Amino acid sequence: MTPKLTDIWVYLSASPLLGLTITLVTYQGAYWIYKRANFHPLLNPVALSVAALVALLKVTDTPYQTYFDGAQFVHFLLGPATVALAIPLYAQLDKLKAAWLPLAGALAAGSAVAIASAVGVAWLLGADRTTLVSIAPKSVTTPIAMGITEKLGGLPSLTAVLVVSTGILGAVMAKYVLDALRIKDLSVRGFAVGLAAHGIGTARAFQVSEEAGAFAGLAMGLNGLATSVLFPALVWLAGWRSL
Amino acid sequence: MLAAITLLLVYQLLGEVVALVFALPIPGPVIGFAALFLTLVARGTVSDGLRDTANGLLAHLSLLFVPAGVGVMAHLGRLREEWEPITAALVVSTAVTIGVTALVMQALIRWKQRRSSR
Repeated sequence: MTPKLTDIWVYLSASPLLGLTITLVTYQGAYWIYKRANFHPLLNPVALSVAALVALLKVTDTPYQTYFDGAQFVHFLLGPATVALAIPLYAQLDKLKAAWLPLAGALAAGSAVAIASAVGVAWLLGADRTTLVSIAPKSVTTPIAMGITEKLGGLPSLTAVLVVSTGILGAVMAKYVLDALRIKDLSVRGFAVGLAAHGIGTARAFQVSEEAGAFAGLAMGLNGLATSVLFPALVWLAGWRSL
Repeated sequence: MLAAITLLLVYQLLGEVVALVFALPIPGPVIGFAALFLTLVARGTVSDGLRDTANGLLAHLSLLFVPAGVGVMAHLGRLREEWEPITAALVVSTAVTIGVTALVMQALIRWKQRRSSR
């Protein structure tokens, strides 16, 4: 019996089917837990899935590359999904036109502060350059952040982890920060969360109100665009080309 | 749905080509995203098929991050070594970004209201 099972395992672990299927199954299990826990921000389904899959790969001694041969079919969809973000952004066109000045000002300030404060703090505490490049786009939605990091010599998979962590942190902290600053306007609250904590913050904002959610989605799209222009420009200005 | 997926891929491909030809540091899909947004603004409408496909894709957006996230396996050493700067940077920067964005937007909204009521 045992050798037969081993044979099956050897066959399956060499085929992309296993990596792909296990990703889908694990994610749906994690999402079920998240839903059961009333969408508690600390039980983020991405964080749960990643933890479970890493544990599984470690236990079965499977290299990441073998897993990714299957999971790449899911990963590939990040590209078209990024392009698809144009559609919800277009749905906010009227709001964009009506409040373009406050939105543009908040976007410019928020985008610059997000990059500068992350890189600044990490640099002060002694992180190396690869980490600095990988952490800079941490507030941007993952597909865009990974694209930015990849172009500038960071580690896209490290960026993915940092982006997801930022999203969870932002979703947890937003209420306390905004209450402390006595910000009551729901459009302002939503925009700030979406800019700092991308999709995870946006999902959180939608649970509070439709208006906050719409502005969070808008901020997520705009900051993706702003950071992908601003960060390469900052890198160029800082003469970091030698990365 | 097939037409909508094809459209998304065409814009992504267009973005990749533009990024390569002009040696831009901006990711191809981001250029595709901007180009599609401008196209929609110019056309003034979104087809139902495109909206449904986009919603379907974005409804499971977080699933798409999982394969890359598992790549953390390769960085456990770095995270262990640099957990202090990384944690501090994430916590401080996320809080400061939320605060600054909200304060600037609120100040500009009030400034606009004062100007228009004058």
